[in-house]
Amino acid sequence: MVVMSYAEAAKLAVAEAMRDDPRVWCVGEDLGRGGVFKQYAGLREEFGPDRISDAPISEAAIMGAAFGAAMVGTRPIVEMRFADFALCATDELINQVAKARFMFGGQSRAPMVIRKPMGMWRSSAAQHSQSLEAWYAHIPGLVVVCPSTPQDNYSMMKAAIACDDPVVYLEHKNIWALEGEVDTTAPGDFGKARVRRSGRDVTIVSWSDCANLAESAGAVLAERGIAAEVIDLVSLWPWDKRAVIESVRKTGRLIVAHEAVSVGGFGAEVVASVAQDVAMKVRPRRLGAPRSLVAYAPNLEDQLRVTEEMIAQAAEEMMEAKAA
Amino acid sequence: MSLRNFDAGQALERLTLMERIRAFEEAARHAAVEEGLVLGAIHLSIGQEAVAVGLLESLRRDDYITSTHRGHGHTLVKGADPAAMMKELLGREGGCCGGKGGSMHIADFGVGMLGANGVVSANITIAAGAAHGVKLLGGDQVVVCIFGDGAANRGPFLEGINWAGVFDLPILFVCEDNQYSATTRTSDMTSGDVGARAEALGLPVTRIDGNDVEEMAATSREIIARIRAGGEPEFMHALTYRLDGHTYFDPATYRPEGEAERMQVETCPIARQRDLLGAAGVAAERMDEIAKAARDEMRAALEAAKAAPWPADDTVFDDVQDVGSPAVEAF
Repeated sequence: MVVMSYAEAAKLAVAEAMRDDPRVWCVGEDLGRGGVFKQYAGLREEFGPDRISDAPISEAAIMGAAFGAAMVGTRPIVEMRFADFALCATDELINQVAKARFMFGGQSRAPMVIRKPMGMWRSSAAQHSQSLEAWYAHIPGLVVVCPSTPQDNYSMMKAAIACDDPVVYLEHKNIWALEGEVDTTAPGDFGKARVRRSGRDVTIVSWSDCANLAESAGAVLAERGIAAEVIDLVSLWPWDKRAVIESVRKTGRLIVAHEAVSVGGFGAEVVASVAQDVAMKVRPRRLGAPRSLVAYAPNLEDQLRVTEEMIAQAAEEMMEAKAA
Repeated sequence: MSLRNFDAGQALERLTLMERIRAFEEAARHAAVEEGLVLGAIHLSIGQEAVAVGLLESLRRDDYITSTHRGHGHTLVKGADPAAMMKELLGREGGCCGGKGGSMHIADFGVGMLGANGVVSANITIAAGAAHGVKLLGGDQVVVCIFGDGAANRGPFLEGINWAGVFDLPILFVCEDNQYSATTRTSDMTSGDVGARAEALGLPVTRIDGNDVEEMAATSREIIARIRAGGEPEFMHALTYRLDGHTYFDPATYRPEGEAERMQVETCPIARQRDLLGAAGVAAERMDEIAKAARDEMRAALEAAKAAPWPADDTVFDDVQDVGSPAVEAF
C-alpha cells in the first residue's frame, strides 16, 4: 500500500502501462507541460514527445486521429481537458469510435481510453462543470467509468488501458488532490461495485465524487442510529446491478445520489432497474441537481449541489416513512 | 488526356478497372431499382471511376485508405472482393461487414480499406490518425484519404489537414470533387477555393482533371512515392462529375437542363479512355469484351449475393463491445 493522490494514482497507472506496452501513447492539449491538472506531469521526460503528444486545440481531430491510430494498431489515451470540451468531438466519439467495430462487422477495434475530467469545480460556471455520464451510458459500444478514489483511479485506469473497447473515463476535477492508500496489485474490474460501507437499513448508490459524499453521509447516519449501505458503482456501463439488487433486497430502501441533473440521469436507470426486480419497503428516492445550469457565484453554484446532509436527510425521511 | 509514357497495356488495365466499378454499380442499381434487394440508400460514383482507379493503383495492399458514402469504386480498386461487397449491399451473410454496415459503412481491413463513412468529412481526422499510427509504429505505409467537395465545408477538414501538417504525416488528402454536395451545387455553398484552403494550411496542392485516368495515375504515383519517401503530406483536388443523382433514387432534377447529358459526352472517363485506346490502335471489340467481362463478373457477384442467406439472427449482438456486451447486459 502506498498513499497517493487521485491524480498521481492515474498517472502511475498510465506510466506503468506505457512501460509495459510501446503501443500505448497519450494525446491531448498541453500534455507536454503535464496537462491542465498536472495529471501527466513528468511523463514526457520519461516517454518523449511522440508518446506524450501535445495536440492542437482541435478536439474533433484529437478524438478522430486517436481513433484512426487505434485502428492501425496503437492504443491511445485521449485527453479531452474538460468533459465539456469533449462535446466538440461528439461525432467522432458517438458516430465513429463507438460504432466502428460493429458497423465493420468486427474487422476493427478501438482500444482507447478517453479521459474527460468532469463535475463541479468551484466557480467554473456552466461550460466547465458538467456531469454528462448518463449520455455515455446510453451509447452502445462504450464502457463508462467514474472512479471516486485513488485506488479506483489506479486500478480502473489500468483496466481501461488494457481493454479492447473504447472506455469513457470520467475523473472528477474536484478530487485530483484527494489522497488515499493504493494497492497496485489490486485489479480493476468493470461492472464490479465497491461497497464503501455496509448496513441493513438503507442502500445508497452513487459514483464519482458523490460517492465520497455518500460515504460521509453514511458515517453521519451511523451516529443517528441508521445503518446505511453505501455502494459506489465505479463503472456505469457495465454497472453492478446484482450488487445493488442484493443490497436493496436486504434493506428494502434505495437512494441514488449523483451530481448530474436528476432528469434523465443515470439514477433513474438504477431506480427503474431495481424497481422491476425488488419490492421495496418505501418508495425509492433519487437525489441529483435541478434541471438547471451551474452558476459562477458560489451561493448560486451551491444550490445545484447534492450534499452529504441532503443524502443523510433523505435516508432519515425514508426510515420514518410508512411502508409503501 | 496525356500521352506521356503511354502504355496501352496499362491503359487497358485502367479501362478494365473502371468498367468493373461501373458494372458493379450498375448491378447494384439494378438490384435496388428492379429487384428491391438493396434495402438502404446507395450512392453511386458513376462518372467518377477515373479518380478511384488512377489514384489508388499505385498503392500497396498494406497501404490504407478511408472513403466516403460514395465508396464502392475505392473499395473495389483497393482489392476488396466484389461478391463480398455485393453481399454487404444486400445485407447478407458473407458481406464484408457481415451485413452490419451496408453500402455506407463498407470496409475491408484485409486490403487496408478502413471504411466508408456515413458522416461527411468524418474520415478526414480518422485518416490523419491512421497516418499518425503508421508513424508511431515506424511503418512505411501511405494513407490516402478520399472525401467529396461537400466535406471541405465541415470542421474536420480544417482540423484533420492541420493535424497532418503539424505531425508531418504520410498522407495524401484527395478532394474528389463531383460538383454536388448531396443535392446542392457545391459552388453555391463554398466560399473561395478548396485547394487554397489546403495551401493555407501549408500543404502542396495538385489540381487535376479527375476524369483523365492516365493523368490521375501518373500524378498520383509521383505523389505517393514522394510521401512514402518521407515527404510532407499533400493535397489533391480532382475535378470530376457525378453522372447520377445523390442516391440511386434521386432523379437529380436540380441540375441545369442538359448538364448531365453534356457531361456524359464530354467527361465520362470510360468513354475518354476508350477514345484514347482507340486512337492508339486498340480495337473497339477488344474494349467491348472487357466491358462485357466486367458485367458478367458483377452479375455473378449479384447472383452470389442473392443466393446468400441473411446473417444468423444470433449475430445481432456480436461486435458491439466485449465489456458490457448486450449479449449479457442488455437489460
